[in-house]
Amino acid sequence: MVTNITSFSRSGLSDWIIQRASAVVMAVYTVFLVGYVLFHPQLDYATWSGLFQQTWMRIFSVLAFVSLAAHAWVGLWTVTTDYIKPTCIRVATQSVIILAIFVFLVWGIQVLWGA
Amino acid sequence: MSKLQVSLYRYNPETDSAPYMQEFEVDTQGRDLMVLNLLELIKQDDTTVAYRRSCREGVCGSDGMNMNGTNGLACITPLSQVVKNNKLVLRPLPGLPVVRDLVVDMSLFYQQYERIQPYLKNDSPVPAIERLQSPEDRDKLDGLYECILCACCSTACPSFWWNPDKFVGPAGLLKSYRFLADSRDTATNERLSDLEDPFSVFRCRGIMNCVAVCPKGLNPTRAIGKIREMLLANAT
Repeated sequence: MVTNITSFSRSGLSDWIIQRASAVVMAVYTVFLVGYVLFHPQLDYATWSGLFQQTWMRIFSVLAFVSLAAHAWVGLWTVTTDYIKPTCIRVATQSVIILAIFVFLVWGIQVLWGA
Repeated sequence: MSKLQVSLYRYNPETDSAPYMQEFEVDTQGRDLMVLNLLELIKQDDTTVAYRRSCREGVCGSDGMNMNGTNGLACITPLSQVVKNNKLVLRPLPGLPVVRDLVVDMSLFYQQYERIQPYLKNDSPVPAIERLQSPEDRDKLDGLYECILCACCSTACPSFWWNPDKFVGPAGLLKSYRFLADSRDTATNERLSDLEDPFSVFRCRGIMNCVAVCPKGLNPTRAIGKIREMLLANAT
């Protein structure tokens, strides 16, 4: 049994299911946003801002951000454990990645509620 | 007809400081030989060339090697299938330490095979006759038991290249599912709990190199998918 303290969920099975579920959420969010832009050819600031004032849109957006964060963590953790063999460089890289993901997530939430 | 240009990976750790490619010109007399026959012709001229071989009919799995970039068994791979522009490059299986020329050290491969406990485990009392199985249950083992452990699949897998000590690899996982799917095996939960970490099974990214190179036409990716399904069913 191989254990890994820096993986997202410590379990390969959980990481795998989280990665797939988050991919579905991001795909649905992307299709929705692209569809919204296509169906509003005269899109202006008020319409766009109004969309993000809606509670359901904020929940949907936070869900997409959290999905992106989890997806990125699982994926980049896999990349670093594949390609970076010296432990100190790998752990440092993983720490920077995790910190960046956290910062972007909080920043994203702030943008959503700050407008 | 011009002679076949063969480029052969040579390395003898006792005398060479680094591996190098040696060029040979081989007269095949227009015949579509198997790659193993070609190596035998080369060995007649240069007896220091080292490679593994045994049955010469794709059963023993000894002569797995990389032929023009694709892993396969030299004994059942005709030249017409791999030669491009009258040139053939022969290298050892990628990712494993080279013992000499085309001979690789398979220790890591066998360690992963050993890890999945490739034998029937059954804690019920031994019956007076064989442990019986329905024809339907026996059918579930088709496409799993035929693996000859030639290592062509695992050494074609980047996930195995980067983590051969942690990722079981397609060959080991195919065999693991062979016992998970066996109606006579009672250690299913124990086997599954050894596989749910982030590396053993889940380092597979499903690129299917294993399926593309398997000389026996087996499908380790499908078996890995089945293991994932079993892990999921067990944990949710």
